[in-house]
Amino acid sequence: MKNRTFFWFILPSLVAMILFIALPIGSVFIQSLYIEHGAVLKEVKSCGPFGCKDELQIDVVATSQLKQEKPLGKFNGFGTYTNRNHLAVNEVRDAWGSSSNWKIYFSKVYNLPFYRALAFTLTYTFLVTPLVLILGFCIALAVNSLPKKLKGPTIFVSLLPMIVTPLIGSLILFWMIDSKGILGASLQWLFEDPNLSLKASPTLTWIMLIIYGVWHSAPFAFIVFYAGLQTVPSETIEAAMIDGASRWERTRYVILPHLVPLIVFISLIQLMDNFRVFEPIVGFSAQASATSLSWIIYNDLAGGEGTFFGSAGATSVLTILGVAVLLIPVLIRTWNDFNRKAA
Amino acid sequence: MSELIHRRSKLFTFLIWVFVFFWIIAAGFPFLWTMWGSFKVQGDFFSKADWAYAISGLRTQIETGSSFTGDGYHGAWVTKSFWQAALNTMIVVVSVVVISLTLGTLGGYALARSGKKYAFYLLMLALVFRAMPHITLVSGYLLPFFEWNLWGHLPTAIIVMVAINQPFTLWMLHSFFLNIPKDLDESAMVDGCTRFQAFRRVIVPVMWPGVITTGLFSFLLAYNDFTVTATLLNNSNQTMVPKIASFLGTTQVEGNVMFAVAAVVSATVPLFLLIMFFQRQIVSGLTAGAVKG
Repeated sequence: MKNRTFFWFILPSLVAMILFIALPIGSVFIQSLYIEHGAVLKEVKSCGPFGCKDELQIDVVATSQLKQEKPLGKFNGFGTYTNRNHLAVNEVRDAWGSSSNWKIYFSKVYNLPFYRALAFTLTYTFLVTPLVLILGFCIALAVNSLPKKLKGPTIFVSLLPMIVTPLIGSLILFWMIDSKGILGASLQWLFEDPNLSLKASPTLTWIMLIIYGVWHSAPFAFIVFYAGLQTVPSETIEAAMIDGASRWERTRYVILPHLVPLIVFISLIQLMDNFRVFEPIVGFSAQASATSLSWIIYNDLAGGEGTFFGSAGATSVLTILGVAVLLIPVLIRTWNDFNRKAA
Repeated sequence: MSELIHRRSKLFTFLIWVFVFFWIIAAGFPFLWTMWGSFKVQGDFFSKADWAYAISGLRTQIETGSSFTGDGYHGAWVTKSFWQAALNTMIVVVSVVVISLTLGTLGGYALARSGKKYAFYLLMLALVFRAMPHITLVSGYLLPFFEWNLWGHLPTAIIVMVAINQPFTLWMLHSFFLNIPKDLDESAMVDGCTRFQAFRRVIVPVMWPGVITTGLFSFLLAYNDFTVTATLLNNSNQTMVPKIASFLGTTQVEGNVMFAVAAVVSATVPLFLLIMFFQRQIVSGLTAGAVKG
């Protein structure tokens, strides 16, 4: 295809991506270097029945004028990155000096908002991804051995948790595990503890969110593995059976190696998607016990305590750096694939 | 010996059935339960006394006189004007799907036919873009949108969602176009068509299966979105998902959580129908990227 024709074909979608994906990445960086204006103060004489005194008052007109002129705020350099709400350089250093052992140190660091969010995001990402792979693989193997008539309906039901809106899916589960809901009440009965509440305990909240994550993503792994199972050459399996391989050995030495590319594919997609975990925290109202990087950005933008563009920008830049680290293996893999095909 | 193997495999088959049974319960029961419960009153669905009330509808019978009630739906759709959110969702979703597919087919076709190195670099770039958490992008739009008075309008949210969906759409359509033989459009060009004419007359008629599958995923991305719609739209033109999120706070206080339950069930119905009619396309779309490499 000629370069010129290619250019015109790709132009609309390229413009859209540059305007709304590439530029914002740049603009969050610039935004993160600025901080909101403080209120402009002015000295006024206020006179009451007990004489006059000088008072500092907020100059509303001047403040709003300043905001109008410089909507970005005032330049702050990397100040936002190092403050308490982000990398908290000073607090981490102090904690290091004042802690006698690792446990105290980690609990101190964990109390800083950014590290709290990072801890949950990483735990979620690196627990949900392998669990999704395992559960998806088991479902695929099981469904593959079902009679043909049952496969369709099983796949239909299996797709539901994945297709449904994440916020809605988490709400549905949230209502069930409510202490007055069916699951919450059953658990109370099971453990004979009428005060058991999944919402009150941070550990249980984390477990709940991870279970939600696995429930939501397992169908994706299942479908991909299931399609992969259809492409396993039957001759190889038959040969293995003739050689006396048990069911377990056939799975381990024939089927699993055949599915390795799919395992890589699913884990890469899952790592990227789980890293931006956000909706379940809103759906489960879990912010008291678990926050994620995406959630703290959202909270800065629409949390109700005002809009903090600088703070949101700094967290965004740090998140993008995290995504970049996760992306490197994906890019290397795609690069190698391409060169192998081209060769 | 052979009987032993046979017996063991019978046990194994049984275990498989149990496993599949449990998975189906886990995947499907929450939806069934919530749908059933949405026709009850709050005292039944969130029953302090006994969750079995949700099945029999004891309190529903006492409060409304029959064991099923549409109060939740009436409250959500009429009192809380959920219909408006549903209408907004429809506008947003249809626009996003149509615009995404138009841009995506042109771009995906070009990427599939180019064969030049830069086409590959563009695909890699799209992959990087796809990995960006949406909220980080949104935090980049918000300030300029406020400044230029673009915030709070449906078209803004639509265009942003189209752009965010582009990387995915391009990848998917690109792999579909690779499967359409090159000879098809090239022979048309030998016959004197320009590239665009060849695309319009030869490729467009045969591309629909791929476009429909991609369209389904664009639909899901737009329909399921919370991040963009919750931050870029205001209360008066909210779509369904942020509306449901805003129900959470208010309905809990007013004691009508059932409005939110009814709204959630209403919003799930279109997705349910979507899987029913397009199950095969969804499955093939999920595996398109993976199985072919």
